[in-house]
Amino acid sequence: MSAVAPPPPAVAVPERARVVPPRRRPRRRATAARRLLGALAVLVALVWVFPVYWMINSAFLPTNRLRTPEPSFLPFGGTLANFRRVLTDPSFYDAVKVSLAVTGLTLAAAILFAFVAALAISRFRFRGRKSFVVTVLVVQMIPAEGLFISQYQMLDTWQLVNSVLGLSIVYVAAVLPFTVWMLRGFVSGVPIELEEAAMMDGLSRTGAFFRITFPLLAPGLVASGVYGFLQAWNEYTLALVVMTDPAERTLPLWLQGLVEANRATDWGIVMAGAALITVPVIVFFLFVQRRMSSGLVAGAVKG
Amino acid sequence: MSAPPAPAATAPPPPRTSPPATGSTSAAPLRRRRRPLRSRLVPYLLLVPALVPLGVGLGYPLVRQFVFSFQEYGLAQQFGRPAEWVGLDNYVTLLSDPYVWGVIARSIAFCLVNAALTMALGIALAVLMTKVGRGARITLQVGMLLAWGTPVLATMTVWQWLFDSQYGVVNWVLAGPLGMEGQRGHSWLIEPLSFYAVATVIVVWMSVPFVVFTVYAGLLQVPEECMEAAQLDGASSWQRLWGLALPMIKPVLFVVALLQVIWDLRVFTQIHVLQRAGAPTRETHLLGTYIYSLSKEFSIAGAMATIMLVITLVLTTAYIRRMLREEEA
Repeated sequence: MSAVAPPPPAVAVPERARVVPPRRRPRRRATAARRLLGALAVLVALVWVFPVYWMINSAFLPTNRLRTPEPSFLPFGGTLANFRRVLTDPSFYDAVKVSLAVTGLTLAAAILFAFVAALAISRFRFRGRKSFVVTVLVVQMIPAEGLFISQYQMLDTWQLVNSVLGLSIVYVAAVLPFTVWMLRGFVSGVPIELEEAAMMDGLSRTGAFFRITFPLLAPGLVASGVYGFLQAWNEYTLALVVMTDPAERTLPLWLQGLVEANRATDWGIVMAGAALITVPVIVFFLFVQRRMSSGLVAGAVKG
Repeated sequence: MSAPPAPAATAPPPPRTSPPATGSTSAAPLRRRRRPLRSRLVPYLLLVPALVPLGVGLGYPLVRQFVFSFQEYGLAQQFGRPAEWVGLDNYVTLLSDPYVWGVIARSIAFCLVNAALTMALGIALAVLMTKVGRGARITLQVGMLLAWGTPVLATMTVWQWLFDSQYGVVNWVLAGPLGMEGQRGHSWLIEPLSFYAVATVIVVWMSVPFVVFTVYAGLLQVPEECMEAAQLDGASSWQRLWGLALPMIKPVLFVVALLQVIWDLRVFTQIHVLQRAGAPTRETHLLGTYIYSLSKEFSIAGAMATIMLVITLVLTTAYIRRMLREEEA
């Protein structure tokens, strides 16, 4: 359920105390209150970070230090053995391959299809446009949880269970509505006048689009690409239903298998596995978060 | 897979497309007539690539499931016997079973409690962000982003480890520093109520960051002049918040709250993984996991899924209406 978010724009909140200079004592009290609130914010941040920290901490600890009455809060004297064991396990690489294939296929199809659909609804007026927009909005709300058995049966009759293509089809359908909606915003954000001006200067309509509008849409394509990546890479429910063969597991299914095999005995290897699938995603997420934000804000402000 | 729309980022309305300039006015009448027709077809052609996967991946299964929910579809049909029409029998079977009502009631209760907690915490933290200094705010943002970016399955894995009965940190904290000796070796997932408590902690932990960032972005959009004017009129900062800022971002709050309700109603992964971690499944089923458990009885599962869809759509209509209104505006 990781969502592409509207942005936390890094605008400093002006200190209102400066606008109306208050008498001395209230101001001092205000700074004290502010400090107290600051401490509270940091405390909340720690609570939220703790599980992520704990995953990484435990991943570095040998089993005998995980199974002690007193937990070890710092990974001093830790070991890389857990990571080594995950990384020498062939099933990990099988899962990476399946995940890469499904994610790649889903992304390519979803971005391309969503892009042309977004063009249609933001650059053309035509009969049925509104019903398409309504469909996109309604479809977004259909819970996969209410459909997966039917989807499984359909893929089964087409012999697409346990296949990358089969899973990708249901993923594309799941990702498309939001991608269309998001790209629609970006396309509308580029003023049509730019294209018209280029057409006045002699470019064809298609030429104007590809030479003028398309480059301006790059941030939008990146943002929706990241959204699709996070969805397909992290998805569990449909993968669980469609990929029943252990040889065709995606990474989340692989991790769940690792948990079930080692829960009672060895949390270290489980945490190493979890950390290995988390760290790249978080790095990616943090890297693009700001860029996505600026794109979305730009789109929203121009109106 | 849930598709989270970004409510705060609704883009400006699409500019009206001016019809493509049709070359010279002296063109032959025939040519002039053909051209509009062709360009009228373009948008439909552009929609085809999106409509095909939607139809195949969602539309067809949806219709199929709906049809099957009025039929008797069991093992014999899997081997080729045509299915029999049974009318509303599957629905009657389900809705006359008190257990099913229990699942529905539990799901709705779980959904409302989680959505309310998430909203309350999210709004509180977003307001907190506007009140603290830069350093504290960035610390909080980074913490939230880390929690948000972690893949669901990794999250579930860590929380299982945190709530582990023997070596989990939660039991250690409760038994050691907090002195609740009874918590040593406590198994969290056996009792349905404590199972749901654990699930709630996890779901809220995962959902709060989205609310915080969206509401914070909304609060920043409140014009500075309004706040200053209110301050000059003597409104305390508490009054400015409750009387001015929050009402002004009501549309954002509305959409975010509705999304929370929808997401928490369809919760599956968290419940499923916790069940597999050793909870009694029958006592802990919510809508999603219950349908999953019915997968062998296809027509009953189809009827149950249809009921779930209806509940979701009823909850969603308000959201769709609002999005459409913004689209029109």
